[in-house]
Amino acid sequence: MPGRELTVAARVSVPATAKKGEPVEIRIAIQHPMETGFRFGIDGRAIPKNVINRFSCRFEGVEVFSAEMGSGISANPFLDFYATAEKSGTFEFEWIDDAGVRGRESAKIEVA
Amino acid sequence: MLGASLAAGFGRAAFAQAPIENGMNAIVRDLTGGAAMREGRVRLQLPRLADNGTSVPLKVTVQSPMTAADRVRSISILSPRNPRPLMATFRFGEESPRAEVMTRVRLNGTQRVLAIAQMSDGSFWSATSEVEVTESACLDAS
Repeated sequence: MPGRELTVAARVSVPATAKKGEPVEIRIAIQHPMETGFRFGIDGRAIPKNVINRFSCRFEGVEVFSAEMGSGISANPFLDFYATAEKSGTFEFEWIDDAGVRGRESAKIEVA
Repeated sequence: MLGASLAAGFGRAAFAQAPIENGMNAIVRDLTGGAAMREGRVRLQLPRLADNGTSVPLKVTVQSPMTAADRVRSISILSPRNPRPLMATFRFGEESPRAEVMTRVRLNGTQRVLAIAQMSDGSFWSATSEVEVTESACLDAS
């Protein structure tokens, strides 16, 4: 994805191990204000809208889940969804906000 | 807090009198391409009563075997009262085992939230969930 890179803190929860083909629950919380664009700053000017508009989760390069989000998603967006691992590998999470700032996180899973 | 509860009271009265036009119908048409939408298969869970509209837990589940031939492509969640009704669209890849998502949403007052799922056969299914919001997320300037 385009844009500049900046570390946006995120907490990811992926089980360290799983059985082959078994659904695993993935949870991610990303630190972000998700500015709606409807708020006003102390100078009386509208604070521009800035939300994480796209999030994706890939396993070994294949997209498992993605989300397009708007101002209706709460600050510090939280997502909980499912994925399956047929073999040991890495989950990659990537997101980008309206200002073009992107973030990235990854987690390894061991498949028995 | 008195101000907040008064505002909530007035908000509800206004809601009862005048339907809010935030372009949700047009967005639903865009999502479905005008195709028929059936109620069922989708389960949308929200608390019946949310004290604070800025962060309301939401869970959406769609009944589906999630095989290559029969699976859920996407789920969209819409708010009839937010200034931007389309809150999110979740897409499920072919490797996705389960069409289930949990997140937290902003809700601008008491309303009936809508979830629309698109299946791999092109059909659309929906569910709604009524949620009473005591303190709105105050998304708009009003």
